[in-house]
Amino acid sequence: MIITRKVEFSASHVCRIPRLSEEENRRIYGASANPNGHGHNYVVEVSLEGEPDPVTGMVLDLKELKDLLNREVVAPYDHRFLNYEAPPFDQVVPTTENIAREIWRRLEPHLRGVAGRLHSIRLYETPDLFVDYFGEQGSREAPNSGEAPCSA
Amino acid sequence: MFRVTRRYAFAASHRLHSPQLGVEENRSIYGKCNNPYGHGHNYLIEVSARGPADGATGLAVNVAALDDLVRRQVLEPFGHSNLNADTDAFHSVVPTSENLAVEICRRLKRNWSAAFPGDWPKLEKIRIAETERNIFELGADEIE
Repeated sequence: MIITRKVEFSASHVCRIPRLSEEENRRIYGASANPNGHGHNYVVEVSLEGEPDPVTGMVLDLKELKDLLNREVVAPYDHRFLNYEAPPFDQVVPTTENIAREIWRRLEPHLRGVAGRLHSIRLYETPDLFVDYFGEQGSREAPNSGEAPCSA
Repeated sequence: MFRVTRRYAFAASHRLHSPQLGVEENRSIYGKCNNPYGHGHNYLIEVSARGPADGATGLAVNVAALDDLVRRQVLEPFGHSNLNADTDAFHSVVPTSENLAVEICRRLKRNWSAAFPGDWPKLEKIRIAETERNIFELGADEIE
């Protein structure tokens, strides 16, 4: 069974690789490369997979998940400029893909040993563009998957 | 591995009528959708591509390239069109949303490597919402 909890945060970001020229950054990231940044109302859907506990009938108390999301996602990201205020995005380009992976990394250690395991992170940058991330396990098919260091 | 999904919209008309069936059969199978003059929908299309995030850019899909592909292959030919009359594929095939999904998937697959020359990303699936309550999903591997 898969259970999902949704949470929102509003943040600004800019997608640029410092060692590349203005022209190259514009070619890769389009308007998202605007040096002064811009913002989104991000929506995160966190899905856990597991069987309901035979006594409680729950995979995980969604209140616990809500508290975890507030602590690990909303508190550090909401109403922040990600590049300046939310490491590792001072080093890593805060694309939708990289934010989804970072949210996975923040949450996954807290969800070990509970009845449900983390299944996926869906991150909406806008209602018309979203990314699903399934963890490193889900990257076995991807030979070149890796970090996106923003090497200055 | 990431799945990146982009949502697009276009408005089009169609009529569901199979020349292989009689008048009564068409009416009983397709109901109001068999109305001789046709009718229209605001179609919502979700296109999902799968791939690793590039080590340098942090992107799994170049969204501008995807937008350009979908605009040329789907939005421009189908937007504000009569699917039965204006699309060759639907002269002989009933433009149900199932068949529309197949046609869109074929068009994207045929032109995918020109838009995305590398190994990744790959087209994973498309999803069509004909209305908010009628939704059709097709995996790219399900068709040739």
